[in-house]
Amino acid sequence: MADAVQTNAKRIESAEPRPFGSGYKLIGRDYTTPDMMAKVTGRSRYAEDFRAEGMLFCRLVLSPMPHGRIKHIDASEALAMPGVKAVLTADDIPAQADYLDDNGRTIKASKWGERALTNEPMYQGDPILAVAAVNELTCAEAIERIRIEMDPLPFVIDPLDSLRPGGPNPLKDGNVWVRPKPPATGGPQVSELKWTDADFAEYEQGRLPMGEAPDTWSYGDLEAGFRGAALVLDESFVTPDVSHQCLESRTAMAHWQNSKLYLHTGTQSTYQTAPAIARWMNLTPDQVVLVSEYTGGGFGSKVTGTVIMIIPAILSRKLNAPVMMRISREEEHFIGRARPSIAGRARIGFAKDGRITALDFYTVTNSGAYDEASDGGSAGRIVSLLYQPTAMRWRGVTVMTNTPTRSAQSAPGGMQGIAIIEPVLAKAARKLGVDQVALRRVNCPEGKAEYAAPNRDGKRPHATSCFLKMALDRGAEQFRWQERMARPKRMGTKVRGAGVSLSCYVGGTIGFDGLLVITREGRVQFHSGIGNLGTESVMDVHRAGAEVLDVPWEICDVVWGDTSRVMPYTCASGGSQTTHAMTRAAFAVATTARQQLKEVAARSLGGKPEDYEVRNARVFRKDGAGISFAEAAQKAIELGGIYDGHQAPADVHKVTKSAVAALAGQGLVVAARDNAPRDGDTYSFVASFAEVEVDVETGKYFITDFLAYGDVGTVLHPHSLGGQMLGRSTLGIAHAIGQKWVIDPEYGATVAKRFYQNKPPTILDVPVDMQWAALNIPDPETPVGARGVGEPPVGGGCASILNALSDALGDEIFQRAPVNADTILASLDAGRPMQHPLMGSI
Amino acid sequence: MPEMEDAKISASKEHRITRRRFILGVIAGGAVVGAASYKILSPGGRTRGAGERWITLNVNGRMRRVEVMRQETLAWTLRYKLGLTGTKLGCDRAECGACTVLIDDVPHYSCSVLTNTVRGKRVTTIEGLAGADGTLHPVQQAVVDEQGFQCAFCMSGFIMSAVGFLKKHPAPTRTELAHGISGNLCRCQDYNKILDAMMRGAEYMRRA
Repeated sequence: MADAVQTNAKRIESAEPRPFGSGYKLIGRDYTTPDMMAKVTGRSRYAEDFRAEGMLFCRLVLSPMPHGRIKHIDASEALAMPGVKAVLTADDIPAQADYLDDNGRTIKASKWGERALTNEPMYQGDPILAVAAVNELTCAEAIERIRIEMDPLPFVIDPLDSLRPGGPNPLKDGNVWVRPKPPATGGPQVSELKWTDADFAEYEQGRLPMGEAPDTWSYGDLEAGFRGAALVLDESFVTPDVSHQCLESRTAMAHWQNSKLYLHTGTQSTYQTAPAIARWMNLTPDQVVLVSEYTGGGFGSKVTGTVIMIIPAILSRKLNAPVMMRISREEEHFIGRARPSIAGRARIGFAKDGRITALDFYTVTNSGAYDEASDGGSAGRIVSLLYQPTAMRWRGVTVMTNTPTRSAQSAPGGMQGIAIIEPVLAKAARKLGVDQVALRRVNCPEGKAEYAAPNRDGKRPHATSCFLKMALDRGAEQFRWQERMARPKRMGTKVRGAGVSLSCYVGGTIGFDGLLVITREGRVQFHSGIGNLGTESVMDVHRAGAEVLDVPWEICDVVWGDTSRVMPYTCASGGSQTTHAMTRAAFAVATTARQQLKEVAARSLGGKPEDYEVRNARVFRKDGAGISFAEAAQKAIELGGIYDGHQAPADVHKVTKSAVAALAGQGLVVAARDNAPRDGDTYSFVASFAEVEVDVETGKYFITDFLAYGDVGTVLHPHSLGGQMLGRSTLGIAHAIGQKWVIDPEYGATVAKRFYQNKPPTILDVPVDMQWAALNIPDPETPVGARGVGEPPVGGGCASILNALSDALGDEIFQRAPVNADTILASLDAGRPMQHPLMGSI
Repeated sequence: MPEMEDAKISASKEHRITRRRFILGVIAGGAVVGAASYKILSPGGRTRGAGERWITLNVNGRMRRVEVMRQETLAWTLRYKLGLTGTKLGCDRAECGACTVLIDDVPHYSCSVLTNTVRGKRVTTIEGLAGADGTLHPVQQAVVDEQGFQCAFCMSGFIMSAVGFLKKHPAPTRTELAHGISGNLCRCQDYNKILDAMMRGAEYMRRA
């Protein structure tokens, strides 16, 4: 099928949706993933399921105050207890070191980076120390006997508080993240920024202050766009902080053998996590073996693990025994990451038909403690791509606060940007008398849509391909949009509303390596450096390799989840890049394997490589002469050199080269780099539709219908795609219907920290028959045509619900998400939004 | 942080900030952070005054002698004493359902059941669901066929809940089944595919 795959780029010209799997034997068809039997029988081992002889346990002590300095720790009484083995403090943690990135560039250690333990806790729940003992009960008793003296320091919870004249800073260096002005280079720095009283003049009216912004870009003539507009809206909106709440907390178990660290933990990216652990430990990557066959969810919070995972590693080295660090649900709340709240303001000009003539967007991101959350910038770019405003300006400020560390969460920034802009579009459609779908349609990106500001070369970046308009049209039809619009809204105390939203996010990267072995048994063994976090891309992408080799899936094996079993250079599984990046790598390695099989056959049986074909685990000529894969593997071993791994291709990453060396002699060992060209940046798109039914007497509402229609390139595996489309839509829906952090601003203490206070949607919060569909139009800029899909549905999930609510209840109900029964009742009563529009964490 | 007051620490010098005082400072927010949630747990080894004793449990059809503390939860016994790690701890506080097992065919959160209370009862975990010959239970087979679940950390709890529910309600509607398994949380939010799998499981069970 390699030829079919290669002609994708030509077929795209017609851009017609096709049935899943059309033209393929494996791609686009459902199958049982190789990890399924272990999962379904309970044999799958997550980090906490590992046991080792003599294993000790450790427990953390978290800071009770939002900002403070440790003066003195007296652990003598605890250490004297039987069974207590060690107390670890920040003084035992290796300093942050500079490191080389994948491309060999030196990345300077950030002085504001998070460490595993700290002497200056930056948020309530920041880990201060760890205790190791024979069991957790002893750890807990020992913690009771540790005396910690701390000085409280000033703190700030709300970003806008910190930006007020004379407002508190989260640490002495300042309160906002700024990029060094050229010619200076390097990462973002913390510096002080205070706005003026005049900037805050409209705060009490619920309008976001827009003082000096460290980051900005623009394109087009904004003022001309506003002058020519038939309608200009100016709206402020705040999105919630939402915890990732992976069901598996970031537990880790470590032991050492022969100066090598063996770390069992859950992570999104198996290959990419080992160098991260090495960096935090000041080890070389070859000193770390990472075992992560199963991971209980990630959603961006475990892209390459988290620094906390080195605590059991350090204790294990110190105590010469395996150490398990179990993280409780409550601890996970503090150290488990969250999506940052963004307070946004958008002034948007619309033509009569709803076309956006100008969009002026301002974001204030609550970045939390430690490293910068870049959601604000991402919100600007996604909004620019998704709504194609004729002219746009984005300004943003990213504020450090004494709240738990944020990180990327599915569609970071994109979700918040869409949630802020979509309600404005819904309001505009009502004011202009334009149908909601029609207004989205007139603003919808298409083809190689441009976005954001021009690059250094003066050109605006563009997408690889976009067929969102088709997804929107087909979605509206499937959702029976017009029919719903024509129905009466009110029945007694119940009011129905329907909402539509566009959605998109990054859908892939390029330039990684594939690695496979055709074994002497005639099996095709794919080595996968992808994490197994539940998306199944760890398996799915190799179906593209099997397709190119034209072999039945039954003779393929996937080796995954343990870096000692060697892995090629693999992308981090985050940012929805894996399906795209690693199908390209799989395509590259399988294409190279076909060629090498032909060469081996020609050298065995004579003739030229091009005389041979590869099919059904055989390499053969038209006259019938040929060899099996098993024979080809044996011959490859005899030939040696590039055929059996004694020599690696020159262009693969050095990590892949050492993987090839480790596999040398095991059969036909093939590695290849993804060198396929790409014009544009890869994005996936979704059109989301929802209907709600609100009881205006109680404020309670239900989502009665939902549809996500995707433009995600070639469909690789329908079951897993459906899981992503609806699962990530629901992750977005959570932001609309109830999830948020609540932090007491006076004490800086978290109030909502467990599932029951901050609950992800349950099975009863969503319709029992949610729908999804996908166009299945291959992306023309990638060999298999497949793009990532984890993140694109998230924003649409949230915004379609918000839009359905405003369709039911009008524009005067909410200026923030989530919208709960209180919001609805209080606002309906008062005739205006009654909840604070500018502070996320209340 | 520990939840109990330590007399010696509280009595320490005025201006010294002790853990006790940290807690007082933040108690308004309900902010007691840390190890207290693990105090009842003692994996392996004897603990002073914990009152361990040997009992016999019927787990997955086998009689298992096990030494348990009075305050030990069934989830702990299963995972740390009997090696049955298919039962997961997602919250340890009856909020997520990941630890669901069957006790006399009724689903229970094993994080919130004391091991001592299940003597004389039949405990079934995910490991005990398939037949002795390895034949999957119809609900397990349905999950395989529908590629149900994503990360699968919640999977054993969901499957046990569904099996318990379907034993009493063999032919539920999709909505009834959703209610039946609504005590379980899936953070991957794969509810649609879970319901597809469980409805198929119901069908397989009826046919079996």
